[in-house]
Amino acid sequence: MSTRATLLVGLGLLVLTALAPVDLTSVGLPYPGLKRYGTYILTLWLVTAIAAMGVNLIVGYAGQETLAQAAFVGIGAYLTAIATKAGVPFGIAFAASGLLTFAIGIVLGFPALRVQKHYLAFVTLAFSVLCWLVFRNEQWLTGGVMGLRDIERPSLFGWPLRQHVRFYWFVLGIASLLTFALWWILRSPWGRAFTALRENAVRAESLGVDVRLYTLLAFALGSAYGGMAGSLYAPLVEFIDPSPFALGPSLLFMLMVVIGGAGTFAGPFVGAAVAVLLPEWLRAWETYYLLIYAVLVMIVMAVFPGGVVGLFARLLTGRARP
Amino acid sequence: MTALLQVRDIEKSFGGVQAVRGVSFDVHEGEILGVIGPNGSGKSTLFNCILGQIVPNRGSVTVDGRDVTGLRPSRLNRLGVSRTFQLLQVFPQLTTRENLILAGQEHRGSRLSRLFGARDAGLGADADRMLDFFRLGALAHATAGSLSYGQQKLLDAAMAFMAGSRLVLLDEPAGGVNPTMLAGLRDRLEAINRETRATFVVIEHNMEFVMALCTRLIVLAEGRIIAEGRPEEVRRDPAVIEAYLGH
Repeated sequence: MSTRATLLVGLGLLVLTALAPVDLTSVGLPYPGLKRYGTYILTLWLVTAIAAMGVNLIVGYAGQETLAQAAFVGIGAYLTAIATKAGVPFGIAFAASGLLTFAIGIVLGFPALRVQKHYLAFVTLAFSVLCWLVFRNEQWLTGGVMGLRDIERPSLFGWPLRQHVRFYWFVLGIASLLTFALWWILRSPWGRAFTALRENAVRAESLGVDVRLYTLLAFALGSAYGGMAGSLYAPLVEFIDPSPFALGPSLLFMLMVVIGGAGTFAGPFVGAAVAVLLPEWLRAWETYYLLIYAVLVMIVMAVFPGGVVGLFARLLTGRARP
Repeated sequence: MTALLQVRDIEKSFGGVQAVRGVSFDVHEGEILGVIGPNGSGKSTLFNCILGQIVPNRGSVTVDGRDVTGLRPSRLNRLGVSRTFQLLQVFPQLTTRENLILAGQEHRGSRLSRLFGARDAGLGADADRMLDFFRLGALAHATAGSLSYGQQKLLDAAMAFMAGSRLVLLDEPAGGVNPTMLAGLRDRLEAINRETRATFVVIEHNMEFVMALCTRLIVLAEGRIIAEGRPEEVRRDPAVIEAYLGH
């Protein structure tokens, strides 16, 4: 797809997503708009997709491993909660979350220069557990298992975002900027270098690609996306405790990328939809919903290794063939 | 005249096995030097020592008089030294054209300019020229993984020249390539050597190919140089015949 067509499709999707909570019956369309809970879930999907984009950069594009994304989301969430409760403006807390997780991501990337695959996964797993222990045990800072409550939603140039639709649009705006930034990076020579790193690091190095630097950059950028997602997560839920930042959610982020389509741009959005929206739609089956969800995930992963996006791409190219 | 590449007393052992034992040689600008020898003679280890892939136990490597011993391959590449590998090393999910752009992009501008500048790092025209030169123009937008083995070998070689390297080390470029494609590869390498004065060091088992392409040969056996000279001299050398045929 050309750059212009990609941008137009992106803009179209942005407009449609922005209209999701809007009641369109007044303009003669049979769509009443999402209610409060639906808008909350859609906001959660956007926040989750931002963190999943970071994992996709590290795993899908640069070919590394990470089981620490939930820990980075936690760092961003706690930093934002603590800072904004202390009176620091949200904008500064958000930027600080991105910068801090970027810096920690560089440090976490160093083991990737020495170990690969499951060894690297275990290094990041250890980091994830370490962060979770800090979130749980350092009560003076994080509130321990009781967590931090009454995290206020910010204002945008004096326009309060307390109301759920406004906050949704705010998150959508930030998610759009971050999506555009990642798209730009991936279509630039940097993106080609990340792909080269995934496909053949030894050859890439022999062609002048500084494999060390790009590995660290992938970890830093991917982790910063986790931190910024966390910074939005805290005011969204208004209460945080250590449980969403444990190892299980980190595995879920990995699942999102794989099931959506690792190394595909739309993969994290689809994967986040599977992880956040699908369980909500399956709630109608009450106690069976987790069972149905697990079976669906297993089928997709076993039958379509390219994920949902890979499946659609295959269907489209198959159809395009004479 | 100072040699473009100087290799001095390179030694490398793995545990108790001494793979390279005090190898020294010079390569001058515009030369095509062949490195031959039976399997296990230390050719690839020597290559890897020269290219910073492994650090030698002893000895030095200089390029243009600058000591580059143990320098990382990416930094060596930015000094104008590139290589191909024994086994195919293209990026299968990138297109043929993108493989070439990737091979040159790290030599263009700063890292920030590559992030904010053109998607092809200003290398689109160069890549197209290289595609035509290696007769891969019709395959520009095909993924490298979909090319035939011989076409991938051509692409692999083309990538080594994208950055305008002055010294290119080719590790078994003829391996597994059919005779027609091989003639084309030799023709292209000779043309580049003629037109740009690029210098090659070639490891090769295909004697016909190496004898036709190279201007000088060194022969390795058990990690040592046992013969050196013009291809026709080396071919008649009793030590070389013995090393290849055994006792």
